Amino acid sequence: MKPGFDEMHDPSGAVREHYGGYDRWLHEQPPQVMQTRRDEAEVIFRRVGITFAVYGAKDDGGTNGGTERLIPFDLIPRVIPAHEWREMERGLRQRVTALNRFIHDVYHGQEILKAGVVPADQVTGNAQYRAEMQGVDVAGGIYSHIAGIDIVRAANPDGSGSYYVLEDNLRVPSGVSYMLENRKMMMRLFPELFGRHRVAPVAHYPDLLLETLRSVAPAAVNDPTVVVLTPGMYNSAYFEHAFLAQQMGIELVEGQDLYVRDNFVYMRTTQGPKRVDVIYRRVDDDFLDPRAFRPDSTLGCAGLLAAYRAGNVTLANAIGTGVADDKSIYPYVPKMIEFYLGEKPILNNVPTYLCRDPDDLGHVLDHLGELVVKEAHGAGGYGMLVGPAATAAEIERFRAAVKADPGRYIAQPTLALSTCPTFVESGIAPRHIDLRPFVLSGKTVQMVPGGLTRVALKEGSLVVNSSQGGGTKDTWILEA
Amino acid sequence: MLSRTADHLFWMARYMERAENTARMLDVNYQMSLLPQSEEAAERGWRGMLSINEVSGDFAKRYREVTPHTVIEYMVNDAANGSSIRSCLMAARENARAVRGTLTTEVWETQNQTWLEFQRLIGDGAFQKSPGEAFEWVKFRSHLSRGVTVGTMLQDEAFHFLRIGSFLERADNTARLLDVKFHSVPHDLFGNGAGPIGARMRNGIAAVTGGDGLQSQSQSQESGNKDVEFDFYHWSAVLRSVSGFEVYRKVYRNVIRPERVAELLILRPDMPRSLAACMHEVVSNLHRVANEQSKDTLRLAGRLCADLQYGRIDEILATGLHAYLTQFLERVNALGTGISRDFLVPVSP
Repeated sequence: MKPGFDEMHDPSGAVREHYGGYDRWLHEQPPQVMQTRRDEAEVIFRRVGITFAVYGAKDDGGTNGGTERLIPFDLIPRVIPAHEWREMERGLRQRVTALNRFIHDVYHGQEILKAGVVPADQVTGNAQYRAEMQGVDVAGGIYSHIAGIDIVRAANPDGSGSYYVLEDNLRVPSGVSYMLENRKMMMRLFPELFGRHRVAPVAHYPDLLLETLRSVAPAAVNDPTVVVLTPGMYNSAYFEHAFLAQQMGIELVEGQDLYVRDNFVYMRTTQGPKRVDVIYRRVDDDFLDPRAFRPDSTLGCAGLLAAYRAGNVTLANAIGTGVADDKSIYPYVPKMIEFYLGEKPILNNVPTYLCRDPDDLGHVLDHLGELVVKEAHGAGGYGMLVGPAATAAEIERFRAAVKADPGRYIAQPTLALSTCPTFVESGIAPRHIDLRPFVLSGKTVQMVPGGLTRVALKEGSLVVNSSQGGGTKDTWILEA
Repeated sequence: MLSRTADHLFWMARYMERAENTARMLDVNYQMSLLPQSEEAAERGWRGMLSINEVSGDFAKRYREVTPHTVIEYMVNDAANGSSIRSCLMAARENARAVRGTLTTEVWETQNQTWLEFQRLIGDGAFQKSPGEAFEWVKFRSHLSRGVTVGTMLQDEAFHFLRIGSFLERADNTARLLDVKFHSVPHDLFGNGAGPIGARMRNGIAAVTGGDGLQSQSQSQESGNKDVEFDFYHWSAVLRSVSGFEVYRKVYRNVIRPERVAELLILRPDMPRSLAACMHEVVSNLHRVANEQSKDTLRLAGRLCADLQYGRIDEILATGLHAYLTQFLERVNALGTGISRDFLVPVSP
């Protein structure tokens, strides 16, 4: 096993400087206090209804109104020193700016394809490429207004750690409500901790989000009407949709609440129709407009694409952003940064093997037991192989799958994800974590310090997705 | 406000109110069943419970006998019965969840917690072990829900649609309760029948309208002491089911007479669960949300309200209470349809 990197303890077992204050506080707590607080947190989360619906479990005959689960919340915060965050923030700003430039380019002149920096067939042949968007000018030239960039820290052979971007989420990234609720919960349970630490606040995120959304309204609109579009209450992230709409003080609409007339979008209200200018949509491209995409979709609004293309409504995020966050495009992001910005990438990419490339494929098939193999278009931690943790049978199953359709898969070395002390049944133990900061792009690029820390609660597990039994932690950007 | 949002609010309030009224009716039946009474009388009470909710047929399909146990099981916890307390509390909570952003945190948390606690009470077997306490719990959760709404919500459209839902449902439920309870009295003076019964009915009315104590007395004698006793418990139970027992005493300072019970629950504008009081609230809230297409609905509501305001119990009883209440329920139903059409069901593009 490779040496690990623990966020709290250095290799000698000593507590790292930025965790010193927390460690002292933790030792002052009588043991049963933490258990009491954990129970308290659970009760509060249930009462407040901070839950997520589980895919495929929505229908149980209608007797329970779908299965709602709590995302386990861990009481030990993930602490990041402010100087590390400042560097990460610069890197995020740079990366998201380049990605937005890339999407704009793909749907306009395709300079980067002509220059041969990114293979053209990877882009225009991609399932996430939307020909409907070709030549369409979107407000401010921004495509991914809300981006969630997944970052991990991995151990280097010398015991130090480096941050890597694991993936970019440029379509409808979720999780920000947990970031906000986790902080609220920590402040409620442990107010004294915040008296002892200078933790950067995050509660202004909804304000930044609203500002971002308003700043990308169609140019002719003075005082834009912004709404959140949700697939409905049985969607796994419904809590978040409702939460954000409430925090921003705007309407939470479903497809059935909207209609298009003369290429303008309206919502049906108790006082008649009302124009809608900006839609923060939490519905995937495919379901947005039954006239343009999946005809069986009832989640969207017929004619929306036409209104959008006419420039009468802004969709955030834009249609077709998936072409840039696909795992097969990911390896080219550092080159995009150099191409569009003329800068060296600040954040590291994880070295990635593309199985579509015969050399890479050979290497991958020879080293399945050491690699993480993922579907290039998959999401949510489904359909992946973690080589070192897999059984021989699982490896063989993946070998066959990869051979049958190499273009569907990419592979990366197994990173020794950093760990953070976490409450588990046996007490406090290290568990693997990642970090998802949320980057907002409108007139300017903004973000709140930190993001959502997810933690794999199973010992040794590297999968942090909430749909796969992951939990979350509060994330502290700590000024020394 | 979004029409769909208004719709969820309207139904959230209706379901919560319905859960409360179902608990009230079950409670009264349960309390009655603790008194010495014939098996038929007891069974009649439980059957009445089912017919109020128009579920007798569905019940008969799935349960063999009408017993306190089966009716309570069916009306409290049967998920397949859309009128059960379980179904109502779940529907109220699901509607709240769909618009939780429109509700204050307190309102949403109250609704959510009611549902979570209900499941716990069911798990503990509380409704079969101590039904009285459990019904009391449902009532209090409904009080709390209404109180939190009034105490924390901005008095905007959302608030008005919640109120319209509560009072429209309550008007409906009170009317049903009256209808069934007047129907289930063996010597029903207020049924829709003609002939001797009808004649006796008119007799009874004379007693009220004339305020003639003598006639009233003669009727009691006719009915016999046993019936007088039964009457007292029957009517006081009806009153208790709408928290009206003490109110009755305060208003009439007199023995409990069915026609006064009817008057109190239909026409008294200051009795919070009377048809008149409910319709008054519906109308005043409707006026606050009126839009371009709602004229007809407002007219319907205003007229219903005026009929109650200027109605007299002797006139109502002369037409027959059952006929009157049936017509009232139809008008409330039409009003509900109008509200849906004008505010809740989407305005056509």
